[in-house]
Amino acid sequence: MKERAALIDRTSRNDFVTYGMVIAAFVIVQILSSMGVLTNQLQGLLVPLCVYAIMAVSLNLVVGILGELSIGHAGFMCVGAFVSALFSNQVGGGMPSLLRFIIAILLGGIFAGIFGFLIGVPVLRLNGDYLAIVTLAFGEIIKNIINAVYIGIDGRGLHASLTSANKLVDAETGVILINGPQGITGTPRDSSFLIGILLLLVSLVIALNLTHSRDGRAIMSIRDNHIAAESVGINITKYKLTAFTLSAVIAGFAGALYAHNLATLTATSARFGYNMSIMFLVFVVLGGIGNFRGGIIAAVLLTLIPELLRFLSNYRMLIYAIILIVMMIISWNPASRAFMEKHRLGGHLFKKKNTAGKEGE
Amino acid sequence: MVTFIENLINGLSMGSIYAIIAIGYTMVYGIAKMLNFAHGDIIMVGSYAAFIMISTLGVPVPLGILGSVIICLCLGIMIEKIAYKPLRNAGSPLAVLITAIGVSYFLQNGAMLVFGSNTKSFTSVIPASIQTMQIGPFQVRGIAVVSILTSLILVGILQTFIGKTRPGQAMLACSQDRAAASLMGISVNNTITLTFAIGSAMAAIAGVLMCSYSPALTPTTGAMPGIKAFTAAVFGGIGSIPGAMVGGLVLGIIEQLSKYYISQQVSDAIVFGVLIIILLVKPTGLFGKVIQEKV
Amino acid sequence: MALLEVNHLAIQFGGLRAVDDFDLTIEKGELYGLIGPNGAGKTTVFNLLTGEYKPNEGIIKLDGENITGKSPIEINKAGIARTFQNIRLFKQLTVLDNVKVGLHNHYRYSTAASILRLPSYYRVEKEMNEKAYELLKVFHLDRDADTTLASNLPYGAQRKLEIARAMATGPKLLLLDEPAAGMNPNETQELMDTISLIRKDFGMTILLIEHDMKLVSGICEKLTVLNFGRILTQGITKDVLADPEVIKAYLGDD
Repeated sequence: MKERAALIDRTSRNDFVTYGMVIAAFVIVQILSSMGVLTNQLQGLLVPLCVYAIMAVSLNLVVGILGELSIGHAGFMCVGAFVSALFSNQVGGGMPSLLRFIIAILLGGIFAGIFGFLIGVPVLRLNGDYLAIVTLAFGEIIKNIINAVYIGIDGRGLHASLTSANKLVDAETGVILINGPQGITGTPRDSSFLIGILLLLVSLVIALNLTHSRDGRAIMSIRDNHIAAESVGINITKYKLTAFTLSAVIAGFAGALYAHNLATLTATSARFGYNMSIMFLVFVVLGGIGNFRGGIIAAVLLTLIPELLRFLSNYRMLIYAIILIVMMIISWNPASRAFMEKHRLGGHLFKKKNTAGKEGE
Repeated sequence: MVTFIENLINGLSMGSIYAIIAIGYTMVYGIAKMLNFAHGDIIMVGSYAAFIMISTLGVPVPLGILGSVIICLCLGIMIEKIAYKPLRNAGSPLAVLITAIGVSYFLQNGAMLVFGSNTKSFTSVIPASIQTMQIGPFQVRGIAVVSILTSLILVGILQTFIGKTRPGQAMLACSQDRAAASLMGISVNNTITLTFAIGSAMAAIAGVLMCSYSPALTPTTGAMPGIKAFTAAVFGGIGSIPGAMVGGLVLGIIEQLSKYYISQQVSDAIVFGVLIIILLVKPTGLFGKVIQEKV
Repeated sequence: MALLEVNHLAIQFGGLRAVDDFDLTIEKGELYGLIGPNGAGKTTVFNLLTGEYKPNEGIIKLDGENITGKSPIEINKAGIARTFQNIRLFKQLTVLDNVKVGLHNHYRYSTAASILRLPSYYRVEKEMNEKAYELLKVFHLDRDADTTLASNLPYGAQRKLEIARAMATGPKLLLLDEPAAGMNPNETQELMDTISLIRKDFGMTILLIEHDMKLVSGICEKLTVLNFGRILTQGITKDVLADPEVIKAYLGDD
């Protein structure tokens, strides 16, 4: 126990602040809800907010901790969504809904993780710009294939086709599971704000504990100077894969949460295309690259504010774009950074760089 | 067999458009050392500019194309100065890439606000008399001939420019060693500006050709072709202009054949699949060079 | 058996033979210097020894083990650690974490233990902290090591940190690439003391590249002089530095 106490240091205390923030948010929302203050519109946003927050955590692991740009993370979310929905639909009433949902989420995460691993193996060897484009390509491929595929099951087993659902399964005993562009219908609406918050906490625990550990240091050393990392014996491939795969798993969780909140699940560009992936990137950048707490806050604010300020919604993406450009220039232009440091401005932007390498102080 | 050849020709047609776009990417990557994610959207702006001038304002076609080229040229230079130049010495290529993504988004959504997201029907710049031609047993579209010829001419001009003129040689120097070029008295800033200008001008031409090939014009029209063209540039070896040409043509053919013989849906997946396979087998592409990182 | 045995090492880049017919023997515990004019190929030799480059010809043996052509990771595990001509620290990590990365292969616990915070996490992290601070104390870098970012250290301290990190990997042979570059005379003297201390207390064998002749003549026992990728001469420091050929090659270098 004494050893544990010594390690409840600054870093861990910082992490607890992050957990506390999430729990506090939950409590506040519950109070507001019971007071009847929350509009229907806001109630409907609660689960999506959790989904986006989890995706921000997921992407921060790759962009902030590993230091690689992935603009295809919506693809992993897509895998998690469809696998989990498939499972829940198939099992139906065969088991208690909470157990079914938990297994669905786990399956979503595992399969997304498998995809993350399979994609990571070839992709993580590439240089930064290429890696970004290839992740985008993979995100599109995953979405396109899921959108084009028809999967059905009947007495003879599982069938798949790329062209149509006609004659796919036996007319009497067969069931169409994934109906091409029409996706999956009838997924049980298991998602709730409570489960969303719990999933967010789990994701944070994975991400934060990984970062503040031996593995995390290895991953960050690759980010900071991969030649030096190699020279001290760090297995670059292994740790790149670890970060990428775990990030995909978390994205899969988000996908499962998302899928069980919709009556119809379709693999559209709007839902799982690179526009989504870029939105997640905006969250990460705005929250401070590598700053898990900041990413969550950014995800919440950037989703909530446009919803509340409806008149702005036409301009929302344009504003995102401008924010992204301005944020990047302010944080990375050498002259701008010198200016900010001299006048001690923009504390949160530089948290990662100036204070003790721990996110969000 | 006839259909196959016709498909091949159509593939070359779109492929030569991809080639023109890819050359823009490859030049900027080779000289400014950055991936201009917004390149595809400059194409879109070029298409809209031409559309407004020709269809809405009734400007004669050649002037409309010229106007579009000039507008995109200025746009490209402006973007470089405002968004990319401040980050040139940022020490992280990630930063510029993310900013480029932001610019791409800005252009797309700006266009959506200005022009609306409904599809505009672009009137082809190919004169009606040669819209479709009969060459032997083959039915060939006029746009196919025009785009293939245009791309060949553009590549020829570029290669001459880079090989034989001072600014062109400056571009070559900057792509190889920026610091040394600067010490030799070459203005790196002006060279990079010139690169963006040329790339954007070519994007405008590509936009006009593309919308003449398939007339549907929306704010997101440029994005996918842009990404596919980047695939082509990587395939050919990023930084190599002949490579981008070859890459564009090959990609156009693969895409057309996939579309015709398998399905429209899956053709995108196949095109991306090709990119991925190339990058795995030969990350430097067909004509690319391996650059050893200095330890 | 010598600790490091290099025979007929050579590497070619295109048409340029950057290093040719390079031989080197270093005994355990020696402090050996590799000197030569700029561009002579000294860092290339280092890169060959550490596996960043694969030689076209030649054999490298460390403590009897043939390590020619192995990867940097394998060579580090075999027992060679290095610092770099341009400092390569993990800029966004703390001073302490930089050293702990060096300890990575000597203190392990699983990824699962990291995420689930199993007892092994706490136990091994504590051991790593202790070992890391031990090392940092030698270099006088232990103060506020867990809150100072490596990039915020003064230049001389950064160079020392790089050496500390290399030491953390527990090497048999330490390669230092221009450790005194950019240092003022005081810092250089401190560095000389530190290097001698590592050698004495850790029994470390050291090969260093340097231009600072005060440091070279002050602590190196033997030297090899490299010029245009080939050995000009090698032997005891005193003799080598007095050799007219060597002086000519440097032409006024001090």
